[in-house]
Amino acid sequence: MIEVRHPGIYNSVQDAGRLGFAKMGIPQAGYMDAYAAELANALANNSGNEAVVEITFGQGQFAFLEAGSFCLTGGDFSPQLNQQPIAMNRLHWAPQGAVLSFGKRQFGARCYLAVPGGIQSEVVLGSRSFSPNLTPMRLSKGDVLHTQKPQSNYRPRHAHVKVDLQHFHTSTLACFPGPEYHQLSTQQKEQLQADFTVSTDNNRVGYRLNETVANTLEPILTAGVIPGTVQLTPSGTLIVLMQDGQVTGGYPRVLQLSEEALAQLSQKMAGDGFRFALEV
Amino acid sequence: MEWPTKIEDAIITDIVAFEKHLYTAMDLADSIIAYNSLTLRYREPVDYDREVAHLKSLYQNQQTAEKHSGQLWKIPVCYHPDFGLDLEALAAEKGMDTEALITLHSAPRYRVYFLGFQPGFLYLGGLPAALHTPRKANPRLRVAAGSVGIGGEQTGVYPSQTSGGWNLMGRSPIRFFDIQKPQPCFAQAGDCIQFCPISMDEFQAIQHIQENGDYTLKPHRL
Repeated sequence: MIEVRHPGIYNSVQDAGRLGFAKMGIPQAGYMDAYAAELANALANNSGNEAVVEITFGQGQFAFLEAGSFCLTGGDFSPQLNQQPIAMNRLHWAPQGAVLSFGKRQFGARCYLAVPGGIQSEVVLGSRSFSPNLTPMRLSKGDVLHTQKPQSNYRPRHAHVKVDLQHFHTSTLACFPGPEYHQLSTQQKEQLQADFTVSTDNNRVGYRLNETVANTLEPILTAGVIPGTVQLTPSGTLIVLMQDGQVTGGYPRVLQLSEEALAQLSQKMAGDGFRFALEV
Repeated sequence: MEWPTKIEDAIITDIVAFEKHLYTAMDLADSIIAYNSLTLRYREPVDYDREVAHLKSLYQNQQTAEKHSGQLWKIPVCYHPDFGLDLEALAAEKGMDTEALITLHSAPRYRVYFLGFQPGFLYLGGLPAALHTPRKANPRLRVAAGSVGIGGEQTGVYPSQTSGGWNLMGRSPIRFFDIQKPQPCFAQAGDCIQFCPISMDEFQAIQHIQENGDYTLKPHRL
């Protein structure tokens, strides 16, 4: 069991999310950086997409009420166990009562805490992912995360995985034309090739970008959207929908990020710049 | 997949029937129905051109007998001014009394085009033109779950408490999204909804039964 000592700004339990319920208006939810979360599960020796804790901006503090192993992947916020620095991307052993906290941001926007067997939050419609209207939105102070009983034969492993930091620093996001891309003028398509920056309005629902594209397109009849869909709003602002985004929208869908690009964007914060790299 | 850019009963019933047919033919991860489109999500990458051809042949070869006509749900709505906060203003604006407004709103069978925006939120078509009303310039920060309102050319029910700019007509004691039920949303794309006026006493009686967990809304045949 792990107790939330400080809730941070937005920490939640996430697995691969809920697919199959869009017809009820239920968003997918699920971890924002699937690459980092899958690595966390692999290091924790979990077979599939077990639930992990998604920690935003390294804000939060967790106490291990029982001894057990754990690992951290994704954004590096100088993690500490009992105030001693610990490495990212490797399995650690937490003695009973140990406290996990974070320090200075090195890179990224979110990190993932995984434990063997996964976090045992309630399964709602086939997923443990937190999702507004379905489960608690985020972790609160005093919440206790249930984990499986640690194996008694644990031995620390010395291997740790080297992660390509390009994932966090890349300035190009691979994408495909969205359903309304072909309605754009040549000039608008060129504007989409410019530099964009993430605005302060970025969260699990969507990332609004600072720079605008002249929009002359009519709104569309409300249609399906998925994580990674880039919408062009009437004001010319682009919104990239993320995991908690709603399932339908009425703004033209000009681009669709690749799954990898979606994970890369989720590690960017306000002010970070990038370009869309269109793969046709 | 896109159908002609229109909001039409014939289009949504065609989409709903084709979507049902697809699930008998393939293993999809998810699908999103909207007014004139169907978005499919696959579990694995597919060869795009080959898949488009496959879908076209599935569409052309589906049995017309499968067409699904949907169900009719009669939704109790209490049009009491405590719930219908904008009833009087709306009636004044339309130059009719509130009774006439309520009769106009509760007469049609509204088609459920699809669910979106929030879990359990129904996109309904068929609001009489006389009731079309722009959204409020200043949205309310808190609108109770079950609130029935009008926004632009749409009418609908807020399934959970939210902020919102719709003109409020009344409130339904029915839960439009209930995670405790095996089928959290009773209505599906292609169904129809009719609002049935009830008194405050009836509202409270249904709410009471529902809190004890044994209120089930029964569908009618269309």
